[in-house]
Amino acid sequence: MTGQLSIAKALNEALRKSLESDPKTVLMGEDIGKLGGVFRITDGLQKDFGDDRVIDTPLAEAGIMGTAIGLALRGYRPVVEIQFDGFVYPAFDQIVCQLAKMHARALGHVKLPITVRIPYGGGIGAVEHHSESHESYFAHTAGLRVVTPSNAHDAHWMLRQSIESDDPVIFLEPKRRYWDKGEVGDDPMIPLHSAKVVRPGTDATLIAYGPMVKVCQEAAAAAEEDGRRLEVVDLRSLSPIDFATLEESVKRTGRGIVVHEAPVFMGIGAELAARLTEKCFFHLEAPILRVGGYFAPYPPSRVEETFLPDLDRVLDAVDRALAF
Amino acid sequence: MTVKSTARARKKAAPSVPDKQAGSGAAPELVQLLTPEGERVEHPDFPLTTTPEELRGLYRDLVLVRRFDAEATSLQRQGELGLWASLLGQEAAQVGSGRAMRPGDYAFPTYREHGVAWCRDVDPLNLLGMFRGVNHGGWDPNEKNFHLYTIVIGAQTLHATGYAMGITKDGADDAVIAYFGDGASSQGDVNEAFTFASVYNSPVVFFCQNNQWAISEPTTMQTRVPLYRRASGFGFPGVRVDGNDVLACLAVTRWALDHARSGQGPVLVEAFTYRMGAHTTSDDPTRYRLSEETEAWKAKDPILRLKAYLDKEGLADEAFFAEVEAESEKLGLRVREGVRSMPDPDPTLIFDHVYSEPHTLVDEERAEFVEYAASFEGGEHH
Ligand SMILES: Cc1ncc(C[n+]2csc(CCOP(=O)(O)OP(=O)(O)O)c2C)c(N)n1
Repeated sequence: MTGQLSIAKALNEALRKSLESDPKTVLMGEDIGKLGGVFRITDGLQKDFGDDRVIDTPLAEAGIMGTAIGLALRGYRPVVEIQFDGFVYPAFDQIVCQLAKMHARALGHVKLPITVRIPYGGGIGAVEHHSESHESYFAHTAGLRVVTPSNAHDAHWMLRQSIESDDPVIFLEPKRRYWDKGEVGDDPMIPLHSAKVVRPGTDATLIAYGPMVKVCQEAAAAAEEDGRRLEVVDLRSLSPIDFATLEESVKRTGRGIVVHEAPVFMGIGAELAARLTEKCFFHLEAPILRVGGYFAPYPPSRVEETFLPDLDRVLDAVDRALAF
Repeated sequence: MTVKSTARARKKAAPSVPDKQAGSGAAPELVQLLTPEGERVEHPDFPLTTTPEELRGLYRDLVLVRRFDAEATSLQRQGELGLWASLLGQEAAQVGSGRAMRPGDYAFPTYREHGVAWCRDVDPLNLLGMFRGVNHGGWDPNEKNFHLYTIVIGAQTLHATGYAMGITKDGADDAVIAYFGDGASSQGDVNEAFTFASVYNSPVVFFCQNNQWAISEPTTMQTRVPLYRRASGFGFPGVRVDGNDVLACLAVTRWALDHARSGQGPVLVEAFTYRMGAHTTSDDPTRYRLSEETEAWKAKDPILRLKAYLDKEGLADEAFFAEVEAESEKLGLRVREGVRSMPDPDPTLIFDHVYSEPHTLVDEERAEFVEYAASFEGGEHH
């Protein structure tokens, strides 16, 4: 399966492989059948695997999530699609109060191998509730695993690994990158919960995940023209977080900047900054900085570029970090 | 029979549904006052007397609402709007129910109730800001008793019910109408709204436009019994009305609102209609829908049938139709020009109205943002 694939196609292939390899795998969601999902991630799968395996559901997110839990209790491995980030909240109760806790409550006797796929983030000019980054809510809940790929290879293999996981996984898909193409190798290479250095550097570490990895790579390329060597680390997993890789990098560069779309306040960056400060205190040349969304509802699309971190805002933070 | 085939049979077998939701003609339970051919018929439970002037008014509403919608669709195609949810085919359901309201009544729409907004005298340009991406609503709901559009499916039915509970507490004789789709009927919120409205006997009319589809999913994916019957399980009446018949929609909704405001509790009205276009401009209905189905519904067009009636009874002359046409042109122009001259918001809008009282974090971020934006040449961001 080597070759250049879009993230969307890489995900589609991952679902196909998972359906082929395990008859207990089922897909569920709104419009995932004939339409192939609003982003076409499930395109052609109902045709090939039937409506027993690729299930169009009623328009009811609590229902989708709750019945997926029931199916998992019965030995199935549901892969649930939530149509857009802003529509996961009706299912939130089932996810955080039920899905996340049942394994612990049953002292390990019950497993819930459910993958919840959610297209998330902005930058596509959409209307309200179609551009949100709600990763902190999920990462804050023990019992869930939360991951997000940034490229086609990771999208494919991280989804396959998520589906194989016996734990519930919140799989966040960076929707504005769906059409970015990349090489998908035929080997998973790195485990689901490892971070990855995607560009080596020496002067500062940019830490990002999902849609912001590309922005950080571009920022690093731009900074290089000014003679600055920035390292870029793709977090890949938000729960658990691969702190070993981050620590190693930040200790080496002495500076860390976390970049995400979600509001900075109470976000993933806050956790990273606190932890890295604790672990790398004597190696730091500057405080860990954060670049992210503002403490405001995600804005109307004509001003979303203001809300979303871009090259300039990342480089501005780099300047500030280097000025210490 | 193997276990597997038994299971399969169990899964595929539909429960006996007495009335098939066939599209053609008026099924016995479908309230109709104007046939697709434009014949006026009577319904014993829903008498309606109308003056020629009222009938012409309804015709004018239907034509102008359709024009507005068509204009918005083409503005989306021209890149002026990011998205548009067309109401094409649903004009009668919206105008009929919208005109049934009294000034003190309150409407809670989804994102497709452009025709209801029209009847509430909301400036159509207000509806376009959200689809253009310059705001998330942007009008004062209390000015015309027309709430903001709601995109999260079903959420507004609970707000409508709570508002109706408030009316009861106030001892007022107003009523509320909550719009939602057939797809929305599956949501927990909608079912919870039914429960609250029923147990508190609240003056709310649940107006479901069953346009047969929820994006790609047919109504059979949401329910196996006709939707209007769901009301009986919650303890209030349900009525199915021909949603392409503006007179029936007017009569039934007027009755339902009066029923609600007179202290008899909620009503569910199912307007049986059809979404002629795509779900929104980003949808591709050729993937899931047969064109024959669309053709069959075309024959029930709400505007053509009222026109046929007006013609047949000599209730309107050429001058009237020409006048409506001219008005429609004028509206089209106003909408086109209005949208094109709609300015992008100032980026600091992000920080406006996050809270009604000062909030230190928002104030701090606003100040940081302003300073950052000013650091670029000419003070312009980017
Ligand atoms: C809670 C929630 N889930 C999913 C969506 C995405 N979505 C938008 S419209 C729609 C279909 C709605 O169908 P219906 O209620 O029948 O209304 P219609 O648009 O057909 O009038 C879906 C699934 C949403 N907006 N909100």
